[in-house]
Amino acid sequence: MAQVVVVTSGKGGVGKTTSTAALGAALARAGERVVVVDFDVGLRNLDLVMGAERRVVFDLIHVVQGSARLSQALIRDKRIDTLFLLAASQTRDKDSLTDDGVERVIRELRPSFDWVICDSPAGIERGASLAMRHADLAVVVANPEVSSVRDSDRIIGLLDSTTDKAKRGEQMEKYLLLTRYDKNRAERGEMLCIEDVLEILCIPLLGIIPESKDVLHASNMGLPVTLNNPASAPARAYNDAARRLQGEQVPLVVPSDKVTLFSKLLGRRAA
Amino acid sequence: MKFADLFGRQRSATTAHHRLQVLLMHERCGGNPDLIPILREDILAAINKHVAVDADKVRLTIDRGEMVSRLEIDIEIPTPLKHHREGCATAVHYR
Repeated sequence: MAQVVVVTSGKGGVGKTTSTAALGAALARAGERVVVVDFDVGLRNLDLVMGAERRVVFDLIHVVQGSARLSQALIRDKRIDTLFLLAASQTRDKDSLTDDGVERVIRELRPSFDWVICDSPAGIERGASLAMRHADLAVVVANPEVSSVRDSDRIIGLLDSTTDKAKRGEQMEKYLLLTRYDKNRAERGEMLCIEDVLEILCIPLLGIIPESKDVLHASNMGLPVTLNNPASAPARAYNDAARRLQGEQVPLVVPSDKVTLFSKLLGRRAA
Repeated sequence: MKFADLFGRQRSATTAHHRLQVLLMHERCGGNPDLIPILREDILAAINKHVAVDADKVRLTIDRGEMVSRLEIDIEIPTPLKHHREGCATAVHYR
């Protein structure tokens, strides 16, 4: 039975889609059955980042509206056969996503996968709210930057109040994924450091993804960064985060591409 | 070829540019977004006139290319009951 994960942030452009693709591919490479679901109806991009943009026939809206079966809409990754994509519609209105339809899709996906990873659209409206509604666990993606941290705080509030889990009186598991982190700038006091962000958001850390050229390179190529160059610093950081999702205790380091492969050990472990 | 093109990292921008050109060409020309579902229904209906097809046994794949797109419809047609043997089915590929 799958764990349903929502990758969310409030703010746009912080790395939700990159992180969904990278974590999904990392988990699938470890042998898990994974489906990544794009909830950004009208502005889909997960297909492009996964390199499947030429192969989308049916999408989430077709399945929600019953005009295609789930099995017909799942696109199997060409490189890892346990990785699947359910694309968002590019042409429909986001109001085509119905509560009942999304619930049915998630219910149908659960028995067939180990992980259902929902890529939330930016904002706090319908798409974002439906992406998080059925989640068992939330990955809050934030940049070390004031507006991103503020929006993440807002999203954490919504995760604790509007999701099914919250409404059942249960605690939503929430983890912070800090992306575009520049250790040198943080050390020089030019960027919020990890401790600053954690102190404000008060949720456990899933991983720290260093700012890196490899992220753009991977999206240019249409490959999750964890597949395009698994030895790169962001790929190692995402792989570590994926292992933590699987329940492993992995020491928290910020991987770097410098001469020393593993830079400063932060001495903190993920929850 | 530019000197920078000798390095993979620089070449990835060329790949990105090409992927976007092909994708946006398809998106901008619009057309009917439901063309493929309609084609699927029509083809299934045509085959169903002669033999019953399980909708779950129909696989559609598409590859949107620069010059042409390739639509593959893979329909599994059960062998008629009187000739039926365990696990025997005929896969028909329409390309």
